[in-house]
Amino acid sequence: MSEHSPQEIRAEALESLLVERGFLTGEDVDESIEVYSERVGPMNGARVVAKAWVDPDFRVRLLADATSAIEPFEFQGGEVQKLVVVENTPAVHNVVVCTLCSCYPWALLGLPPTWYKDPAYRSRIVREPRRVLVEFGLSVPDGKEVRVWDSSAEVRYLVLPERPAGTDDLDEAALAALVSREAMIGVAVL
Amino acid sequence: MDGIHDLGGRQGFGPVVREEGEPVFHRRWEAFVFTLANRMLAERVCVNVDQFRHAIERIDPVAYLTHGYYGRWLGGMETILIETGNLDPEELTARLLARGGSAHDLVAARPAANPDVVPATDQQGARRELSVAPHFSVGQPVRTSSVPVSGHTRLPAYARGRLGTVTAIQGGWVLPDSNAHGRGEHPQHLYCVRFEGSELWGQESEPGQAVYLDLFESYLFPAEQEAVKP
Repeated sequence: MSEHSPQEIRAEALESLLVERGFLTGEDVDESIEVYSERVGPMNGARVVAKAWVDPDFRVRLLADATSAIEPFEFQGGEVQKLVVVENTPAVHNVVVCTLCSCYPWALLGLPPTWYKDPAYRSRIVREPRRVLVEFGLSVPDGKEVRVWDSSAEVRYLVLPERPAGTDDLDEAALAALVSREAMIGVAVL
Repeated sequence: MDGIHDLGGRQGFGPVVREEGEPVFHRRWEAFVFTLANRMLAERVCVNVDQFRHAIERIDPVAYLTHGYYGRWLGGMETILIETGNLDPEELTARLLARGGSAHDLVAARPAANPDVVPATDQQGARRELSVAPHFSVGQPVRTSSVPVSGHTRLPAYARGRLGTVTAIQGGWVLPDSNAHGRGEHPQHLYCVRFEGSELWGQESEPGQAVYLDLFESYLFPAEQEAVKP
């Protein structure tokens, strides 16, 4: 039974008690898996980024008040009460963290990857962001400022990456397919 | 609280380890814990996210570092279920043993002997309209509180007593410090504050680095007399 961690056995014991009581069902758990595997994920944030690249008016509204700007997308799954989109430019690179827990814009990016929630990233990205980004394969030039957004309240942050060169002939859907989760957290560029 | 969760700037954790093609949930029990937490919030067994976060902060610190994200959530939710009288720890232990578990494994949950009572509410979300004007303005230098807080707070230790500049006013929000403990919402203005790397990390700071935090009005003091180092 070594592949079952103590946490797994404990969680399953708790689940069996609470299912017996009718507090939740196995189908509820299946639904969480389905929603966050199929419907809520980085593809949502990627649509926002691609629209900002092709629609200058939307980009302006997104950077001024992202919460209102994304309303028409009607994203589900995880309340984002206030969204702020921060824009990468030739002079500024942005990267997002939550050092106190693991706050993350679920509705736009889905559930966070394990590395985002682990102590190494949470402890180091505020103190030595350039060194951490190099571990992700991203070397930020010395002259470029690195801004770390530590999500300490209910405001959620999304990075608007720079549009890659040579993509002028791509439409919005093709552009969205280029946008990675890592680029929207700010640990990668496109 | 000065707990293990307050990780910003802590040293010694080594490289960031990534998993290629990571699934949303590695095992079904993780999805159960996720579903349980959301159900507890929806049913107001856990009344608000501040209470939720503080329960996780209070779990066993060794478990915090070794049980993983959903292991931490499990510890927090178990803590709240016991504190609110919704779970008998002996009943859970009996069920655990019946399923082949060991009574000697480290338990993350740390239910308090005299827990805070967080009253139920119909209020949704954490944004609140405020009738008072913000104390601080964009561009204003501010210094953060240097006083440690034993309860829940959203001022990380690495930014205590530091000089920064207000870059945005984020509106009125429920104060986590009181709301987590059932002591009322006490909504305040929230500010985005920029800290230069050198202010946080001194000479060891990397060049051209700044950290932005969203901080409540009561965490901040005016600092016009002090120059912000570029």
